[in-house]
Amino acid sequence: MKKISAVPIIYILFLMLPIYWLVNMSFKTTNEILGTFSLWPQEFTVANYVKIFTDSTWYTGYFNSLTYVGLNTVISVSVALPAAYAFSRFRFLGDKHLFFWLLTNRMAPPAVFALPFFQLYSAIELFDTPLAVALAHCLFNIPLAVWILEGFMSGVPKELDETAYVDGYPFWRFFIRIFLPTIAAGIGVACFFAFMFSWVELLLAKTLTSVAAKPIAATMTRTASTAGYELGLLAAAGTLTIIPGAFVIYFVRNYIAKGFALGRV
Amino acid sequence: MTLALKNVVKRVGADTHIYDTSVELVSNQFNILLGTTLAGKTTLMQLIAGLEKPTSGEVWFGGKNVTGVPVQKRNVSYVHQQFINYPHFSVFENIASPLRVARFSKADIEQRVGRVADLLKLTPMLGRNPSELSGGQQQRTALARALVKDADVVLLDEPLANLDYKLREELRDELPKLFQDRDCTVVYATTEPIEALLLGGYCATMNEGRITQFGETAAVYRRPFDLLTAQVFSDPPINIAEVTLNDGRFALNDQVGWATARANLTNGSYRMAVRPHFVTLEPSSEDSIKLEGQVLVAELSGSESVVHFEVDGLSWVSQSPGIHAIEVGKTTEFYLDKTQCMYFGENDQLMAA
Repeated sequence: MKKISAVPIIYILFLMLPIYWLVNMSFKTTNEILGTFSLWPQEFTVANYVKIFTDSTWYTGYFNSLTYVGLNTVISVSVALPAAYAFSRFRFLGDKHLFFWLLTNRMAPPAVFALPFFQLYSAIELFDTPLAVALAHCLFNIPLAVWILEGFMSGVPKELDETAYVDGYPFWRFFIRIFLPTIAAGIGVACFFAFMFSWVELLLAKTLTSVAAKPIAATMTRTASTAGYELGLLAAAGTLTIIPGAFVIYFVRNYIAKGFALGRV
Repeated sequence: MTLALKNVVKRVGADTHIYDTSVELVSNQFNILLGTTLAGKTTLMQLIAGLEKPTSGEVWFGGKNVTGVPVQKRNVSYVHQQFINYPHFSVFENIASPLRVARFSKADIEQRVGRVADLLKLTPMLGRNPSELSGGQQQRTALARALVKDADVVLLDEPLANLDYKLREELRDELPKLFQDRDCTVVYATTEPIEALLLGGYCATMNEGRITQFGETAAVYRRPFDLLTAQVFSDPPINIAEVTLNDGRFALNDQVGWATARANLTNGSYRMAVRPHFVTLEPSSEDSIKLEGQVLVAELSGSESVVHFEVDGLSWVSQSPGIHAIEVGKTTEFYLDKTQCMYFGENDQLMAA
């Protein structure tokens, strides 16, 4: 029999505990959560979920979040693709510095940019639209996507480009027909990271919206403060926020490690 | 179609990759570029293909100046040393790719791909992905793609270098046959003198961004115009020694010397070069010159012995048929075939061979 080591099991339990507890709570009533300590729901209920899916103040939050996250992912990756290609294939004046400088954008907390964005978007009437948040999130997602994609692209020999040109492919046809499929895994990983960081970002998303484009995370915090302690509902909402990330991660699960290394493995 | 380079220069930043080069390659023949890595072979091929633009000078295809013509419009094909195929295309689609871009009809594509696949023994693999093929088959796919479009110029950049020995020999034997009846000029880069000789055709020896000599491969091998060419075109490295000519007699040092009948040479010092297989462990004729040297390294291959030895601080390489028992460090007799010596005079130009 294989020896089972205790440490990894404890570690995994430790990691899973908060998630389990969130799911556990989401199937309880608020009274049970506050009143008793139980390892699993005593009175199993899906009322919390039903409320989220039927009450428009709740589900529009998800809809808004998914809209700006989706928009941001599409914008970030499609803008990053040509940029990453340039960094990976061409030498130009200051390329290395510019490439590093991209990443320094990640070194400032997004909060720093909340006020300028707020002022700017108010002035051009972008305030409280999904596009406002999507564009704001590009601030940190485009550099990240460029770094990830550049890593994957540099793994493709430039001889592939040359072969395609020799075969007669014009640049854009080569880029779309040959090059993008070759780095499909990298695009998947870049999408995932853009999605993830945009999905979990709260401060910019909250600051740049008020009513029409309010993200789910904002809905959650506001409910907690105004309508008393609807803990079961909050737990259900929290559980649902995990699902999109888990769904996206499934598709790129084999490449995540490479993504964390910014494509440089 | 004739392919000519006219005063082509390629500079990148402060580095010169190709110095002023003019050469007219021979149509419908193998034109071999022979030189070590970084000699400029790949750069020259990229200039011909149009993947790089010359800093100055012109590239001519047939009677046409194509210097400004982009690679897509030059009708060339290019096979790299690495096995380059489109990873998400099947072998069939890989081979068909240039035809698809050129909008050939479906029936035409199938017929042409089928014919080339047959020629390169790829027919059973047409449905597979390149990643499922062996290295040899991957390179065959790349070659098939280069052949299928009937290019005017086919550039092969060390296509066999990444293959293992057996496959390399097999494909090398097939190569000249593949291009035999095709109306195209083949440019073939290699680092190996033996490969150049086996392929025959014409050969340009390259060194540090310059073509040192261009001519029939066998002729370049037999009569290198200068010492550099002789060095490039020799493996193991050619032996070079200073000799002095005095009244019809060459002297290598105080003890070793030989008489010569070459009347055209004036007295003075020359650099003598002799290929390793003319310095042997056994005398090839009565006239062989005896050299006594200390063995530094002995390498035995299946059919020959390569021995590095030292005479008066100068190292020599000897290459003899058969397997010999050689003791490292021991003073051994070697025999130099004096009829095979080449003499280089001023500026290392060939004076007599």
